[in-house]
Amino acid sequence: MLTAILIFLPLLASVLVLALKPAQARVAALIIALAELAVSLVAFAQFNPADTSAFSIATPWIEQLGINFNIGLDGTGLVLVLLATILTPLIILSSYTGNIERPALFYFLILVMQASMIGVFVAEDGFLFYIFWEMALIPIYFICLLWGGAERVRVTLKFFIYTLAGSLFMLLGLIYLYLQTPGEHSFSMQALYEAGKNLDAVSQSWVFWALFVAFAIKMPVFPFHTWQPDTYFEAPAQGTMLLSGIMLKMGVFGVIRWLLPVVPQGVEQWSYVAVILSVIGVVYASFLAIIQKDIKRLVAYSSIAHVGLISAGIFTQNSAAVQGAVIQMFSHGIIVFGLFYIVEIIQTRTGTTKIDELGGIRSVAPKLATLFMVIMFGSVALPFTSGFVGEFLLLNGIFQYQPWASAVAGVSVILGAIYMLNAYRKSMSGEANTLTQSITDLTTVEKAVLIPLCLMVVVIGIYPAPLLDLSQTAAQNLLQIVELYK
Amino acid sequence: MKELVGLVPLFPLLGFLIIGSLNKRLPKSVAGILASLLVLASFGVSLGIFIELSSGNPAPHTFLLFDWISAGSVNISLSFLVDPLSSLFLLIITGIGFLIHIYSIGYMKEDEGFNRFFSYLNLFVFFMLLLVLGSNYLVMFVGWEGVGLCSYLLIGFWFKNPEYSKAANKAFIMNRIGDLGFLLGIFLLFTHFNSFDYATIFSQATRFSFNDPQVILITALLFIGAMGKSAQVPLYTWLPDAMAGPTPVSALIHAATMVTAGIYMICRSNILYTLAPFTLEIISVVGLVTALLAAIIALTQNDIKKVLAYSTVSQLGLMFLALGTGSYATGVFHVTTHAFFKALLFLGAGSVIHAMSGEQDIRNMGGLRKYLPVTYAVFLIATLAISGIPPFAGFFSKDEILAHAFAHNKVYWVLGLAVSLCTAFYMFRLFFLTFSGGFRGTHEQEHHLHESPAVMTVPLMVLAVLSVIGGFMGIPEIFHFDHALNGFLEPVFATSHTLVHHAAPDHSTEWMLMGITVALVIVTIGIAWFMYGTKKQVPAAEGSALSPLHKLSYNMFYVDELYNAVIVKPLAWFSANVLRFIEVNVIDNIVNLSGRIVEIGGRGLKLVQQGSIGFYIFMMVLAIIVLLLTPSFI
Repeated sequence: MLTAILIFLPLLASVLVLALKPAQARVAALIIALAELAVSLVAFAQFNPADTSAFSIATPWIEQLGINFNIGLDGTGLVLVLLATILTPLIILSSYTGNIERPALFYFLILVMQASMIGVFVAEDGFLFYIFWEMALIPIYFICLLWGGAERVRVTLKFFIYTLAGSLFMLLGLIYLYLQTPGEHSFSMQALYEAGKNLDAVSQSWVFWALFVAFAIKMPVFPFHTWQPDTYFEAPAQGTMLLSGIMLKMGVFGVIRWLLPVVPQGVEQWSYVAVILSVIGVVYASFLAIIQKDIKRLVAYSSIAHVGLISAGIFTQNSAAVQGAVIQMFSHGIIVFGLFYIVEIIQTRTGTTKIDELGGIRSVAPKLATLFMVIMFGSVALPFTSGFVGEFLLLNGIFQYQPWASAVAGVSVILGAIYMLNAYRKSMSGEANTLTQSITDLTTVEKAVLIPLCLMVVVIGIYPAPLLDLSQTAAQNLLQIVELYK
Repeated sequence: MKELVGLVPLFPLLGFLIIGSLNKRLPKSVAGILASLLVLASFGVSLGIFIELSSGNPAPHTFLLFDWISAGSVNISLSFLVDPLSSLFLLIITGIGFLIHIYSIGYMKEDEGFNRFFSYLNLFVFFMLLLVLGSNYLVMFVGWEGVGLCSYLLIGFWFKNPEYSKAANKAFIMNRIGDLGFLLGIFLLFTHFNSFDYATIFSQATRFSFNDPQVILITALLFIGAMGKSAQVPLYTWLPDAMAGPTPVSALIHAATMVTAGIYMICRSNILYTLAPFTLEIISVVGLVTALLAAIIALTQNDIKKVLAYSTVSQLGLMFLALGTGSYATGVFHVTTHAFFKALLFLGAGSVIHAMSGEQDIRNMGGLRKYLPVTYAVFLIATLAISGIPPFAGFFSKDEILAHAFAHNKVYWVLGLAVSLCTAFYMFRLFFLTFSGGFRGTHEQEHHLHESPAVMTVPLMVLAVLSVIGGFMGIPEIFHFDHALNGFLEPVFATSHTLVHHAAPDHSTEWMLMGITVALVIVTIGIAWFMYGTKKQVPAAEGSALSPLHKLSYNMFYVDELYNAVIVKPLAWFSANVLRFIEVNVIDNIVNLSGRIVEIGGRGLKLVQQGSIGFYIFMMVLAIIVLLLTPSFI
């Protein structure tokens, strides 16, 4: 029941927001998002990794087609639901300082997007998954198109077509699997898993690639990433936060739930290619991050690097690495959101995101500088920050799979420090210049967003057990399936 | 007392949390005293633990805090190991840490970032304690990177100066290169032992045969971490730049404690290293090269802190030489005595800089003996100690290193001796230029000259006493005393000693070596006295012509420039040209091209060309609805 509430609460309430006056809309949106957070916290409190049946709902939806409204929560899904429900109110709150035109529509779209993404994380039916997957694209498309920067039309179109093309491959893959299900075809997850496993190795390869491309574009994994920096750059701040904080995890989640267990032999044959592409992406994006002159693009490339590591870790099929990937998705979500928010705060105050034009902010806005530093060290995965737990488990898992791959990906440990610390130094240290000397320190709203983020970064870094425990059983179950049918 | 070990890091952590969160709401006097007292409390507990261990109860004790990371087969607990090695480091960290906290109350008095300074300092002590207390490699790594963070924060403490921030970044980034080696070493340990725990790894380590390629690789990777943290060639250039931080930081972090973490790590892993004689040989060579290079650079530097920084790099090199010859306890011995006299030298230099209103160039000093009698006296003691004059602390530890080097390889001994002589020369050059002769600074500076307040000089005196008597913990056997330190540390190195037996040089050889070293050091001091004490030579002013070798040393062998030209610039060029080209002109073009092909292919659909997304979405939604409403679709 809770699972259904998680989807339908924001979906139905969003319509209400649409009907409200601007000032009421943003308050209502925040209240709805907080209510949703409360629901997910209840789910977290009640969750028992060993027995998740209480969260499952399985009803036939379009019986003639074997499509079911099957939803459920496992540990991995719950971590991502928590991420989505924690970030959404913060994202809404972060918009309070700016001046959003047509706020009712804006918050409506954010809530619809939240509902769709949660749908992706709980769907246990292939068709339902696909519906939510595409449904999430529509609100973010409009958010970028209507509230984005100067180049938004061209960039958003590219983003839309690129990801849509990817998901068509996925649809093909899913329909193919569906047609392999015995008797009255079914889209249910179990049926698709069965169908996938029974395919011969060659067919499994085809399905692997069809699904992989869709997920690789969404994450994005090298070389499917070129839509990402432009889109993050042109999207309004909240759009970038939704995309990078939550939406890209749909791709990673897709790999975990809809790729690895579906075609184990395909994975066995091709996982090394996926690992290599991911690892290349880690180093490649890190190098490109170093030369970025704009801090927003820098964060965008750093995100590609971090996601590359997550993707590489998952494809090693090492259970500690898969758990590392899950906690790293959470950590990456809060950190990248924090970074983009700080960029937004700097941009609204100084009118620029060019690194060389900034400087000396720490002497005029010490609170901003301090919180930025906490998030920065989370991003460079300092121990006792949330970033370290995942990065350590991932690199260790990759090392046990192939030491060289880990050594190469590990170079990002150095490169990450280079681009983050240099961006911090250039923007925060030194004497304030004409652009930065008169800026104000954080407002109450900004602190209300950033302080919880920083606390999460540190608390999860020191005591990650609650999040790790969630994914333990899920990771074991997943790898059991993969192992069994290799 | 062992059960109370959790309190040792807890006190400074509390200090960081209280001072850090209250920041300016806390009066300066309270912040400074609170921070110092908390470290003193840690020292008290550490002393209790040390006494318990040294009075007949040396059994190691493990203290579990909680399970930190547990995922799949990875199980890492946050737990501490109390044994002679960690307890000795606890004493050094909290003892010297406390003295430097007290000193800083005076030194940082006028600074507006006073409270921030003490919160960072307490945080540093916390992470340093974690580093030596951890009972597995991961907790050590937490401390390892944590002290790196504090080093970064404190080098760039005066963040308005862009050069200081650059130095801070350089330190962190260069350390990260080492840290990657460390991490990979840990991963490889996990491959073989399925654990990160010292107990598990060391008890099974002997399954490796001597010089097994895997154990060589593990130890070499870990050593890369040590190279970064302990500033060894080629990863040493961050340490001289780190002098941008306030001087007490240089004393605590960049001389006495953090930079010795590499030595601690190798001693902790001594069983692995003993099984990898090949790696030990590399360590000896790296240590010697570093010691010699840094000593030669120190000969010509004119910045009082730069001389001491290169001196630290050089002394760390000697410690690695000791480890490389397999005499781990000797390395720890030199860590300890070096902590006394080098902290004293830095704090003494701080007292000088304080008196000179921030001046650091020794060419503008001279005759300070008159104005700073206490600083003068303690600085002399420390200089004698580092030069290896008996019976000061440095004599015993350095003599032990040279004796082991001699037993291992005569060439190592010759080079080690050369390092000792350079050390005596540059230290007395520094000493004479600073304290003897007449004052060479401006009138304004001269007018302002004053001895530091008691809050600064008392810690100096305590360290001076330690620099005099500190060596007696390791009196060589030829003096017919017990080597107390070796006896205390024996349980830690016992397995290594059963694996490889070290032959010490016989007594007559040892007397001879000792005699040669001391005689040559005294001659060297005489030369320094002749050049800078009596003739009152002053190093050449900036820009004057120098002999080629002098120029090389003065310009630090152009190593920074070399790194810049060979690594930094080519990589930047590669990213900015090659990678950007691939990104924009290759990958993205292919993407756009495939988009265009689809577009041309679909010319019939005019709407596609107009890029009407509204239409796409409309069609998509329509399709979904049609799909849902027509069950007879198939």
